[in-house]
Amino acid sequence: MVAGMALTVGGVVWVILERAAEAADAGATEIHMVGGLHPDLPFDFYLEILAALKADNPQLHIKAFTAVEIDYFAGLTQQSPADVVAELKAAGLDSMPGGGAEIFAAQVRKQICPEKISGERWLEVTEQVHNGGLKSNATMLFGHVENFADRVDHLARLRELQDRTDGFQAFIPLAFQPDNTRVPAARGVGGVDALKTLAVSRIYLDNFRHIKAYWVMLGLKVAQVALAFGVNDLDGTVVEEQIGHDAGADSPQVVSKDQLVELIRKAGKQPVERDTLYNEIKTY
Amino acid sequence: MLNTITSKLESTTPLDRTEALWLLTEADLLALGRLADSLRRRMHPGQQVSFVVDRNVNYTNVCTTQCRFCAFYRDQSHPDAYLLSYEDIFTKVEELVEHGGTQLLMQGGLHPDLKIDWFEELFRQLRQRFPAVQVHSLSPAEIVHIAELSNISMAECLGRLHLAGLQSLPGGGAEILVDNVRQEISPNKIGWQEWAEVMREAHRRDMPTTATMMFGAGEQPQEIVEHLFRVRELQSEKNGFTAFIPWSYQPGNTALGGEQASGVEYLKVLALSRLILDNVPNIQASWVTQGARMAQVALYFGANDLGGTMLEENVVAAAGVDFRMSREEIIELARSAGFQPVRRTTTYEILEEY
Repeated sequence: MVAGMALTVGGVVWVILERAAEAADAGATEIHMVGGLHPDLPFDFYLEILAALKADNPQLHIKAFTAVEIDYFAGLTQQSPADVVAELKAAGLDSMPGGGAEIFAAQVRKQICPEKISGERWLEVTEQVHNGGLKSNATMLFGHVENFADRVDHLARLRELQDRTDGFQAFIPLAFQPDNTRVPAARGVGGVDALKTLAVSRIYLDNFRHIKAYWVMLGLKVAQVALAFGVNDLDGTVVEEQIGHDAGADSPQVVSKDQLVELIRKAGKQPVERDTLYNEIKTY
Repeated sequence: MLNTITSKLESTTPLDRTEALWLLTEADLLALGRLADSLRRRMHPGQQVSFVVDRNVNYTNVCTTQCRFCAFYRDQSHPDAYLLSYEDIFTKVEELVEHGGTQLLMQGGLHPDLKIDWFEELFRQLRQRFPAVQVHSLSPAEIVHIAELSNISMAECLGRLHLAGLQSLPGGGAEILVDNVRQEISPNKIGWQEWAEVMREAHRRDMPTTATMMFGAGEQPQEIVEHLFRVRELQSEKNGFTAFIPWSYQPGNTALGGEQASGVEYLKVLALSRLILDNVPNIQASWVTQGARMAQVALYFGANDLGGTMLEENVVAAAGVDFRMSREEIIELARSAGFQPVRRTTTYEILEEY
């Protein structure tokens, strides 16, 4: 989401609507919106964006906001997360991504995201999101300062919540990339660790339907291999056609649909294009 | 088929071409990987993963062969064309020695003017100045080219270079050891039999060599299998290959273009290499072409060696793939995969355990 101070509120809305229209024209079925927490924008601003997006593109699925943002809105409007969710849903919100989960363990959050809501709060807010009738995903950011027990604890808490709500669609382990951030002592994620973590997630989260690999962080090669280690869904930006493919980059920001279809086939699996709610759109 | 193959491997009966092709094209990735891993553990029971501290020095990028898959070569008249002087090379090897390096992997293009005396003098001086560094240089195509340019036989050429200080040969330029593939991707390069003849001659002189394979440049799976069997048959003559190194074609900036082989394809070819080349002691993972993560995974698909630390690497980098690893990172890569990292010489003697 574009939300710099340089743009007026009206300008921001215009840019978002423009982007959504382009995406819809290009055949997109989903629009995914996340942003930092902007101190000057009122809650109504977000409701207006949702309503305007829905009015312009009734067929587009709007996936937006994380538990962190819902918690922020709750504070801003002095309401419960459940009430915030109800208002967003009424304005047009269809589902939520799973960001901000990081690692739930408090001593890890203290080191990597001290300003962010606690793991307990994340789970509490997410429970209200699910109870309000919205599906979401769950992520885990691993490979920084957490230990293996912290990862298992993270999975255990997600599994317990899922047993109560059945509101999670997919679990998305995200491999931490030490180069681009300011977490000292972060160790990064080796190939073996990445595959083991994905495989353990698949085995342990047996009440989650989907385990997703995010290739932008894993690299295309490891993400493809992960299809043999419990992963059934690949995520990252897919474009219709890529011009001037840079063969050098193993982790491109975007890949073409043909490339992705080919990678899945070469892994011995059948590629299926889906919508946000995992309904099949096309089988290749 | 899998049961037949599994029991053959358990009784150390060699697989045939049909079984190899089935493994490559039909077998499940993890089933193939498990077979390769089990043979690798039988051949290397100590949980060790080895590497060598080395540097690739490309003495020239001028090359008359102009392979379609290569992004490194330049025409002699091209502004980027270069030829290193002896002094340039010595400076690079000095840096290698400062980093505790023990292997110099020197390869070039096939330069139209460099005859055998240039190499003889270079090797003599290298051995004299840097006795601790193994001169592991010149692929078969270069040996044949230098011989032709100097009007001597390949055997004489290799003999003289050996005497001057060349100690072992890297197995580059093998690409796919099937001539109709070579015709497509490297029409001006030596054929597979000439490649094999140079290796045979080196092994006859007790010069160890490695063997490589570059796959993913349009060959058929049968041709990958043929390549492996040709290396296996060559190895059964004199056991001169220390290691086999498969890597995938890097299409960036090349005339051939196309896509790079995927991760699954790499692991399958690697695992199959381990299984078919049961008479070649070591299989190297290629972190230079696959990246650190895939190289680590490769240690569970038949590879027991991580190749060199490569203080310098130019050829793969020219194709836009520029993975770098320090010695510490390679050690950590092996260790965090559950293996004991060891530093080795070119000929696989262990120098240090970590």
